Amino acid sequence: MTAPATQPRVVRRYPGSLLLAEIKESFFMAMGALAAHKLRSALTLLGVLVGVFSIIVVMTAMRVLQRNIENDLSRLGSQTFQIRKWPAVYFGGPEGFEKFWRRKNITLAQGRAVMDKATLALNVGLESNFWSGEVSSRYDKSPPNVGLIGATPGGFPARNWIIGEGRGLNDTDVDSAKDVCILGYRLATLLFPLGSALGERVKIDGINYTVIGVLEEKGAALGGDQDNFAVIPLTTGLNRYGAIWRSLSILVQARDQAAYDDTVEQVRGILRAIRKVQPGAEDDFEVFSNDSLIEQFKNFTFTVRIGVAVISSIALVAAGIGIMNIMLVSVTERTREIGIRRAIGAKKRNIMTQFIMEAIVLCEVGGAIGVALGIAGGNLTAYFFEVPPVIPLDWVMIGLLICSVVGIVFGTYPAFKAANLDPIDSLRYE
Amino acid sequence: MSLIHLEKVTRRYQMGGETIHALREVSFTIARGEYVAIMGPSGSGKSTLMNIIGCLDTATSGTYVLNDVNVSEMDDNQLAEVRNKEIGFVFQTFNLLPRANAFHNVELPLIYAGISAEERRRVTVEALTSVGLADRMTHKPNEMSGGQRQRVAVARALVNHPSILLADEPTGNLDTKTGEEIMGVFEELSRQGNTIILVTHEEDIARHARRIVRIRDGLIASDEARR
Ligand SMILES: Nc1ncnc2c1ncn2[C@@H]1O[C@H](COP(=O)(O)OP(=O)(O)OP(=O)(O)O)[C@@H](O)[C@H]1O
Ligand SMILES: [Mg+2]
Repeated sequence: MTAPATQPRVVRRYPGSLLLAEIKESFFMAMGALAAHKLRSALTLLGVLVGVFSIIVVMTAMRVLQRNIENDLSRLGSQTFQIRKWPAVYFGGPEGFEKFWRRKNITLAQGRAVMDKATLALNVGLESNFWSGEVSSRYDKSPPNVGLIGATPGGFPARNWIIGEGRGLNDTDVDSAKDVCILGYRLATLLFPLGSALGERVKIDGINYTVIGVLEEKGAALGGDQDNFAVIPLTTGLNRYGAIWRSLSILVQARDQAAYDDTVEQVRGILRAIRKVQPGAEDDFEVFSNDSLIEQFKNFTFTVRIGVAVISSIALVAAGIGIMNIMLVSVTERTREIGIRRAIGAKKRNIMTQFIMEAIVLCEVGGAIGVALGIAGGNLTAYFFEVPPVIPLDWVMIGLLICSVVGIVFGTYPAFKAANLDPIDSLRYE
Repeated sequence: MSLIHLEKVTRRYQMGGETIHALREVSFTIARGEYVAIMGPSGSGKSTLMNIIGCLDTATSGTYVLNDVNVSEMDDNQLAEVRNKEIGFVFQTFNLLPRANAFHNVELPLIYAGISAEERRRVTVEALTSVGLADRMTHKPNEMSGGQRQRVAVARALVNHPSILLADEPTGNLDTKTGEEIMGVFEELSRQGNTIILVTHEEDIARHARRIVRIRDGLIASDEARR
């Protein structure tokens, strides 16, 4: 005898509230399980932690380096490129290093030749870093990290150095190697807190220089030490610090973007001719611009990224297996709980959701710690380069997303096992 | 009108080569509002019968009609829904979640019923108050006495306003005095019109019910109304 099936009782249901409550429920249950087995959980979390840490620490460091390089680049004026014996960034092996080492230095004579012959260029400047240390005035002295740069007048626009007060270098200063200097804004305010620095004397590496100009303040947003230098005539520096072992850098500013490529070609041609590079042979100097530097950096980071991807995948797979193991143990330990839940109306999929959520929570706890440590670790590079710290939000998201995926992938089997336990057997389980 | 109707319900277990008949063609009917005690020696099939009535288990053959719905043809999800809405279980060993407090234990069936948070709170507090545990809501099972635990279990069983309350030896783990206390709760629930089915070994406990069904070897031996 079968009674006619009637409509089930109408019950107000809130599917959203079920999911929300399930998530909350699973979260607290997972945290409870974590707290109940601290050591076991910690060991399991370690794998996820390491995996996510390695991703975040490297990505943060990369971003800091990129910031740093972009910061350097922004010091060049627009449409400006630089020529040096040494590349700006080199990520190859020692054999390449030797190649650069054997190159002839870029001398003052070569630089002057470029200045004369580069007809397409708007400005050509020569430059060298001579020294760095403490600079003092009669009022105060600086920390021992002030750079001393030798330059020619053409270097000012190419470097985007704008005179705020006084004047810049002129040809006479360079030709007669005068003991004059131009101070960066911060340095000037530090050394002469009370009034103008113009006409005052500063002592750099034991020699007195007369201040003839102060630069405008650079944008402070990109880091602290953009204004922390003094500029002297290039010739003054060469006389004092020696010219023999020194290779200068040449800064060339093109007239406009359209003329940029032609200007690069012209300058390369001039240099190849005076440095007697055989036709067909490689340049024996490096030309770099903002674009080429960024390109080089991207090539380098690509390699690093692949390395990180491999290391972190291994760590995460190992972690996933650990998660699966702890979840299987947890399912066995909580057989009775599963029976109780089934008896009071949990469907298989509710149990499934619960255990997958627990696996995700477990992974996310490890992941969150990994992210925090990774950001801290990666920003040590920021501290080192003295640039502002970064938080790579996109990678934080990706890292946490990966955690969830690991939780889902490796939590599914234990959850499936839990959901398919027989309710009566599990209720009897001791 | 019958709330529960069993027709030739058989439950067999396969143990190795042996077939165990836990229930043999059991037929009976229980009307809404009845208070029934099921008695019988150990291994006679009482728990098996309760599990089938409670939709935790399904009969090997025969039909079970609950509330005019044929339960024997339902799938797993539908059975879970019936357990959630129509059945309230009380077990001998309480079967509370050890890490959850009283409130949360009672709230759980409402979560699976998909009821909104504020309504859950209201109904849960109501259920706990009705069993006299309004001041123990944040206590965990191991912070409560056996009688209190069983009352939490009763509150949990009642919270969804089920059609039937199933209790498998609810006083089995309690001393006589606490057992009587719990029986008092059942008495009150019965008076309010709840349908109760109770499994017990003890004649004293069975006396609270108004109908006693005796089982032996999977068969109904007697079925009589008291007084
Ligand atoms: N899962 C199972 N597998 C095999 N046999 C089972 C299973 N569950 C119960 N049985 C058998 O079915 C019969 C009835 O068991 P049931 O648990 O219903 O007895 P009971 O009347 O509740 O006994 P008690 O009073 O001891 O609780 C017993 O012979 C038991 O061995
Ligand atoms: Mg039993």
